[in-house]
Amino acid sequence: MKPSFRLATVLLGAVSLSHLVAQTVAQPAVQPAKLADPPVKILPIKGNIWMLVAGGSNIVASIGKDGILVVNTGPVAVTDKLLAAVQELSRRVTAAQMPQQVCVGVGPSCAWWSSSTFTATTAAPPAAKPIVGIINTSLDADHVGGNAAFSRAGRSHVGIAVDSAWIIAHENANPVLREERQKSAVKTPSAALPTETYSGAKFKLNHFNGEAVVLWHMPAAHSDGDTIVQFVASDVLVAGDIFDMASYPVIDVANGGSIQGMIDGMNWLLDTAVVEHMMEGGTMVVPGHGRLADSADLAYYRDMLTIVRDRVRGAVKKGMTLEQVKAAKLTIDYDGRFGRNPVYTPALFIEGVYRSLNTNSVNSKKVDSKP
Amino acid sequence: MLKTHFVRLAAILIVASFCAREAAAQAPVQTDFSGEWVVVRSQDNSENPWVGDWFGLPLSAAGLARAEAWDAALLSLPEYQCQPHGWAYIYRGPTQLRISKDVDPSSREVVAYQPEWHQTANMPVYLDGRPSPIEEAAHSWGGFSTATWEGDILRIETSHLKEDYIRRNGAMASDEATVTSWWIRRGDILTWISIVHDPNYLSEPLVRSSEYRLNVNSLVPPHPCTSVYEGLEKDHVPHHLAGENPFLKDIRARYGVPAEQATGGPETMYPEFQKKLHEAEWSMGTKSALRGR
Repeated sequence: MKPSFRLATVLLGAVSLSHLVAQTVAQPAVQPAKLADPPVKILPIKGNIWMLVAGGSNIVASIGKDGILVVNTGPVAVTDKLLAAVQELSRRVTAAQMPQQVCVGVGPSCAWWSSSTFTATTAAPPAAKPIVGIINTSLDADHVGGNAAFSRAGRSHVGIAVDSAWIIAHENANPVLREERQKSAVKTPSAALPTETYSGAKFKLNHFNGEAVVLWHMPAAHSDGDTIVQFVASDVLVAGDIFDMASYPVIDVANGGSIQGMIDGMNWLLDTAVVEHMMEGGTMVVPGHGRLADSADLAYYRDMLTIVRDRVRGAVKKGMTLEQVKAAKLTIDYDGRFGRNPVYTPALFIEGVYRSLNTNSVNSKKVDSKP
Repeated sequence: MLKTHFVRLAAILIVASFCAREAAAQAPVQTDFSGEWVVVRSQDNSENPWVGDWFGLPLSAAGLARAEAWDAALLSLPEYQCQPHGWAYIYRGPTQLRISKDVDPSSREVVAYQPEWHQTANMPVYLDGRPSPIEEAAHSWGGFSTATWEGDILRIETSHLKEDYIRRNGAMASDEATVTSWWIRRGDILTWISIVHDPNYLSEPLVRSSEYRLNVNSLVPPHPCTSVYEGLEKDHVPHHLAGENPFLKDIRARYGVPAEQATGGPETMYPEFQKKLHEAEWSMGTKSALRGR
């Protein structure tokens, strides 16, 4: 082979290789095996408040100088991972502080490189703040599953310092009451029970992490013991299971829930929340399940509940039986979005609405809470 | 001589191949979309629909049921008075469009476009490669948009949208809808193409477009808005029960649509649908309907 031909052959080979490389680069890389969803997702909301998602439930944490205050503790299956995530989050937020400014010359609040505080705030930060308290918005297993473990991991002052975090819920949201009511054979462990309860329309906690925290009782909504938690300065409302962005809301008629109470609760949330601009932002609302929301999302959900109530009420007035109402596809326009929960189907939701409209009990009480 | 040409050709191919790959790897030639634009309206883009006119929208059975239940009195509720047009609709609106650009002061790259109309919330379009928020993050009217270049065309993918109308008469896209948009600029003309995918209320993708013309004299005024009480009690949400929407007969009369025929859905997007219409009733319907308009 003549040298020039050899050169040409090499060059053409290089061209081919070059194209091959280019094609390889242009083609999508081999996709790695799909990783399982992270067990705990963390979303900062506003101010002190964080939302954690685990096991299909939402947990809220106020993290700051006073420690950690959690609203609900998720299902028991994710307790260990959730607890570790909350503690790590607290460590990052409250303990591992880096100096925020470079120190050139002499200035206030300036941490010198050689100072004794620098290492202590970076390489050897203080311990994470403890979990001080737990608020339960209701007594459902998917929200109180970690109560015992979270409480054991915490430390609080209830008159005296105790080596556990307190747990508070409305007096109606008492597992013992429910178990007695339902003659349940399964008993809630005593360590998971509320250590404190409140009665009436609202309960003010002491300031925590620099802001007021108010518990609002929503009667006869998801159940008869629902609490909405308001973090006043952070401007965050934790709605619990009267608001569910992943599903139709469970109406626990056997435990005092009602469709009217759900609607009243949604209207209370809408009255209390303040939008930032053009029905967007402002007060953020954490549902029991599903994505973070604001006033516009509340309004759509309130509308859905009200419209379904009106449809079922109209069917009842026509004398339709429960089975006929279930078969009438009264939620066809919402089933695609909210009817995917295999445990709580559209038929069960309709049944909850139907039964609560036909129940003369506490379920017909109106919300008297004034924001 | 032939050998020399062969060697030269091979060398050119190598250089060309290298340059092409380098060009592909680097940022493509970017088009500047910033500026003030006015919408070019057309008959197909009037967006002042009658109640019940969902023709041409691929509404699913759920979407149609939702639309038929819609009552315009809903807009009197405080929660709806200040609601802006969302990303899946606003580009078809009548107002001016301003597109600002955010430029990184160090790299001088455009890292975001900020389109805004007269009545919208913020709707940034990010070009900095940031990841999508987790699905549990809040949704907004503008959603979360990231963009990539396809030559000199900007392709925008939008998620995290609020539930919103795709026509201002109750046709909705759910908060699980996503939108793919393309911005195409030819001189002073901007073409905006939008495809809405919604697993809940659309049975097919909704494809629409709009045109804008560059206009150095246009401004986007502010839109302050505060909700007030307009007489609707809190427990009342206006809506029509199934089969009881009184306005559907008007739209059927206007276009000569048979009573059993839905006034929206994928079938109504295609020319074959016209064969189902009764032309005589159409003309009568138009006259009577226009009188009451």
